[in-house]
Amino acid sequence: MIVTHSMAAGMGGIRTAGDLVARMQMSRSMKINEAKNYVAEKLGVSLIDLTDEVEMYHLREALNIGRVSYSPGYAKGIEAKIRIAKLMDLNINCVNTFKNNAGIDF
Amino acid sequence: MSKIYTRMGDGTLVEMEPEEIRNDIQEASMDAADRGKIPPLNEGELEHLYDICTMPAKVVSVERGNEIVVTIDGGTNKIYRHGIQSGRVTRIQMHERAFGFDTMELSHIDYSFKQVKSIAHEEKGEMEDALLSTIVPLFYGAMPNLGLYSQPDGPVPNAAELMPKGLIKEAQEAQEEAIEHAVKDMVYVGSALYESGADGINFDTTGAAGDTDVKATLIAIEKLKDKYPEMGVEMGMAGEFILGMHGGLSHHDTRLAGLYPHKQVELAEKSGVNIFGAVVNTNSSKSFPWNLSRAVTYCKACGEQARIPVHANVGMGVGGVPNSDMNPVDAISRVSKAMAEVAKLDGL
Repeated sequence: MIVTHSMAAGMGGIRTAGDLVARMQMSRSMKINEAKNYVAEKLGVSLIDLTDEVEMYHLREALNIGRVSYSPGYAKGIEAKIRIAKLMDLNINCVNTFKNNAGIDF
Repeated sequence: MSKIYTRMGDGTLVEMEPEEIRNDIQEASMDAADRGKIPPLNEGELEHLYDICTMPAKVVSVERGNEIVVTIDGGTNKIYRHGIQSGRVTRIQMHERAFGFDTMELSHIDYSFKQVKSIAHEEKGEMEDALLSTIVPLFYGAMPNLGLYSQPDGPVPNAAELMPKGLIKEAQEAQEEAIEHAVKDMVYVGSALYESGADGINFDTTGAAGDTDVKATLIAIEKLKDKYPEMGVEMGMAGEFILGMHGGLSHHDTRLAGLYPHKQVELAEKSGVNIFGAVVNTNSSKSFPWNLSRAVTYCKACGEQARIPVHANVGMGVGGVPNSDMNPVDAISRVSKAMAEVAKLDGL
């Protein structure tokens, strides 16, 4: 059922910019249009591009913020989220936890 | 115009005349407006809903640009329920990379904060592993489920046994004691998982045990937000109005019993909730268009009232989705489209 909802009306997750828009909702309580505008501005793309799989596939590769495809040599998991936190000007809890646990500061 | 295939609220496939569908949509919107004391859908919205319900395609979707965020309750329990043997981290990766989910949730199959408390240490470990290898925002989710605090399963006298005996005051006191226990468990588990790095905590099916359940959850959220101001909090409801199982409880000077979604969200905002999950129950005896119209009317009023994002609960038996174990994609996808384009919500 949830897959149907995701396909019919969802943003697309890391196929597009869905994870980034979701982060703005859950961390800053942004309504959907405000969240989309914020992410589009940070990425330098149009609102339509935000849910365009092809456009976002290449942009996510260029920004190295993780994609659905297995991409050896590219950022994945926590590595990608460290980049996302910087790109979105956002505190991501697990990124901070990771830095603390690893004893690194950047 | 020929008859149109649609569904009943129990999922049964039926054929209806176009006028019957129009009438059901209009009647249900008026029903929601009357019960919730909210505006009914206007002519344009009713027409849009009619179009969605009568589109010939089996599966429909939003127009480009109208996409919304999808959050999930019981996240890692879904694949398990299909009997697919897999670890929970793998399930999160499947939802992220195979299904294109915007967010995901780590959850235990015994989906209640009380049950999770004793295994919070193990849940923390799995959360940490998941966070290292995934990208989408990750909630930890569970239910407040105050029913578990009543004897014989829990520590407090059972209000459902006291009330039929006329022991109303004793029943209320028992429920108030349950609130204290539940708050401690929710704060304990929420703190543990957030300190593991979780992006947020999802309080799912809030209100399943009525106003006591809601009161406990709001208090727990306020305590957690005091400790961790940046914690993401989603609060999904159990029903379209709060049941007065206690009947005398208030929060921030608002009586909880009887509140509909557009009033529930006001309290959620005050307590620090970031995403509110509105629920409207499905009536199995009415048609799918009737149920969808009613759900959209309530959710639209809730979204307009809210300053925080509102995600409609659109699982089995809520939000217009038929009450059926095997739900048809024609109905589900129409719910998705209607919630995004007519109710104009922020997510599902």
